[in-house]
Amino acid sequence: MKLWKTILAAAMLSLAASTSAFAARTDLVIGIPLEPPHLDPTAGAAAAIDEVLYANVFEGLTRIGPNGEVLPDLAESWTISDDGKVYTFKLHTGVKFHDSTDFNADDVKFSLDRARADNSVNAQKGLFAAIDKVDVVDPATVKVTLKNPQGSFLYNMGWGDAVIVAPESAETNKEKPIGTGPFKFQSWAKGSSITLVKSDTYWGTPASLDKAEFRIVPDAAAAVPALLSGDIQAFPFFDPDSVAQVKDDPRFKVVIGSTEGETILSINNKKPPFDKLQVRQAISYALDRKAIIDGASAGLGQPIGSHMSPANKDYVDLTGRYPHDVAKAKELLKEAGLEKGFKATLKLPPPGYARLGGEIIASQLRDVGIDLEIIPVEWAQWLDQVFTKKDYDLTIVSHTEPNDIDIYSRKDYYFNYDNPAFDKVIADLGVTSDEAKRKELLGQAQKILADDAVVGFLYELPKVGVWDAKLQGLWENAPIQANDLTKVKWSD
Amino acid sequence: MTAYLLKRLAIALATLLLASMVVFAVLEILPGDPARLMLGMNASADQVELLRNQMGLNAPLAWRYLHWAGGLLSLDFGRSYTYSVPVIDLVRERLAVSLPLALIALALSTIIAIPVGLFSASRRGRAGDTISMGAAQLGVAVPNFWFALMLIYVFAVWLRLVPAGGFPGWSAGIGPALKSLLLPAVALALPQAAILARVTRSALIEVLNEDYIRTARAKGLPYRTVLWRHALRNAMIPVLTILGLQFAFLLAGTIIIENVFYLPGLGRLVFQAITQRDLIVVESVVMLLVAAVIAVNLLVDLSYAVVDPRLRSRQ
Repeated sequence: MKLWKTILAAAMLSLAASTSAFAARTDLVIGIPLEPPHLDPTAGAAAAIDEVLYANVFEGLTRIGPNGEVLPDLAESWTISDDGKVYTFKLHTGVKFHDSTDFNADDVKFSLDRARADNSVNAQKGLFAAIDKVDVVDPATVKVTLKNPQGSFLYNMGWGDAVIVAPESAETNKEKPIGTGPFKFQSWAKGSSITLVKSDTYWGTPASLDKAEFRIVPDAAAAVPALLSGDIQAFPFFDPDSVAQVKDDPRFKVVIGSTEGETILSINNKKPPFDKLQVRQAISYALDRKAIIDGASAGLGQPIGSHMSPANKDYVDLTGRYPHDVAKAKELLKEAGLEKGFKATLKLPPPGYARLGGEIIASQLRDVGIDLEIIPVEWAQWLDQVFTKKDYDLTIVSHTEPNDIDIYSRKDYYFNYDNPAFDKVIADLGVTSDEAKRKELLGQAQKILADDAVVGFLYELPKVGVWDAKLQGLWENAPIQANDLTKVKWSD
Repeated sequence: MTAYLLKRLAIALATLLLASMVVFAVLEILPGDPARLMLGMNASADQVELLRNQMGLNAPLAWRYLHWAGGLLSLDFGRSYTYSVPVIDLVRERLAVSLPLALIALALSTIIAIPVGLFSASRRGRAGDTISMGAAQLGVAVPNFWFALMLIYVFAVWLRLVPAGGFPGWSAGIGPALKSLLLPAVALALPQAAILARVTRSALIEVLNEDYIRTARAKGLPYRTVLWRHALRNAMIPVLTILGLQFAFLLAGTIIIENVFYLPGLGRLVFQAITQRDLIVVESVVMLLVAAVIAVNLLVDLSYAVVDPRLRSRQ
């Protein structure tokens, strides 16, 4: 009897010990769907690279905050010359890279010069195009001179592709990333997981977590049991279709936020009959966005009427420009001399929004007499045939880069859209830093795209996050593709 | 026997050479540019061209084939475009998961299938046979990803005996590593066992109708001895053939199960490499698999000779 009591007491004690250990938990396993090809944000376009490393391991002069705002990062402050061409950054001092080398103005110069060099393979080299020269004033001051004023310069410097790297480690960052952030890289079991641990030498507010493991879970069906079993505690980018399985479970929080992903039905504007405005407008009238969002995105995601996220401060609501109107669409096709309808192809890349959305759109366009042949393609094929060779009629894709309305003014971009009036607005925007003026120009740009029905604007991709209800500080929205863990902690 | 061996080896080498050409040609035809994939939609055409040069993709086709095939001869499998590490390192890491998984699954499936096949064949047409073959039919028909998910929900979510997925690595200890391979091995083994059981049964039934079996029974040997010593041994050839094919499948064809359990296996490496157009990885891994399949087939051929003495003396 006495023995039993002892055992019971011991069991209670160990239980108490384990629950208190649980309350003070400082580790986290996060599920991500795609494995990064390597770990250098300055040498690849894959979003998965930033989703692991941005803000956690690597930092830039500025950074993008949870709601898309520009915040100081390694640069503690800055001044801009009156002509808007010279940016003088005051850097934090006492900052060390994870390999114990010092961070100073030389590293900034090195990083920016490397990104814009002739032989640079930075995937977003355009971010640095306006830079004329970078000068080191003193170890804590850097002066960046632009060729012309650029309204988005500070924002650009906050991208993952613009993080500051050290000359000693730049070449090996792909395998062993060395940054200045609150977490340092520990290990990468390829195909399986990437582990970060807290950096003891961090210059700013230290992270609450001691260890964060990013585990690669490619199959959406596997994500639910991984959460339920407690193996993985957070999926910041969860499959919308699986939300129903966890949304009533009090152990988890389902957080629906916004992204910068404009999901659009891209149209080849030079290919007949899509070169006719009436045909493109007819397509816009034929689309029923609500049905598409319900079918392709489990009812989550906000409709858009132009190329701008509704979460953006410069957003103009143009969803009323082309309400769903089959009769109007048929009328426009008749005006274009296509009352008998026509056939076209719709190439669909692998994501669910495209494959599911494509079938719905094909049926909606069939109602107005446009007969679509659906052709599923992989990403590599899509980039090759659709994006590079422009061999397509229609396709569905989500443009996830933030503030990317300028893509419509790019020469030779796959939309094949060419409107000098629009190009002018974008050119003006490039040299305007006044907030009010920028807002007006961005409004104009959105309106021109909607009027020209350049593409079929569908909806803003939602960010569906599911995580343990006791977990705090993960981003609700995705203004850029990142999993910022700097403020993440477990509540008691 | 030596002549037989030499002939098999020559055929194996010719197959390898032919396979290397086919694999290389097919991947060259495949649309998609690895450099564009790495740089994404915002990079300029010049930048893509620059990266193509750095990756050596702009060299003439024949030169690249010879460079690659020559490397294979000296066991140099090249460097991954995306991971930028030697392909052989990637393969070694993945084999540490795929090989044990395939062996466990194969062992499980054999342990289940042979007794079931024997049982069914010896009770041909009776209730036991009908039930076990019905179960086997079900085993073949059930989609293995569904079965895998059911296993996960029961053993990982509900009973919490094993993790829902992932692989902690052998460095975490043999116990945790084996534990994480258990459910996937069962999920893989069951459909294979079902096929194997059916093959074993039909091969045995055929053999049991042979004259020498009747003779053996007539001279008074107990049924059990006839079944194990005379019948099973003679029925082994189709069973071994199927086992060889299954091993090759289990090594790299398990992508669906690897995805459901998010295991870093060979199948996922190849799949990922194809979607990222990491051509050198695909080419080299496929060649390794071709070599493995040829080696397994060679072993199976040799094992025929072991179970069937007539094949030995005929050569």
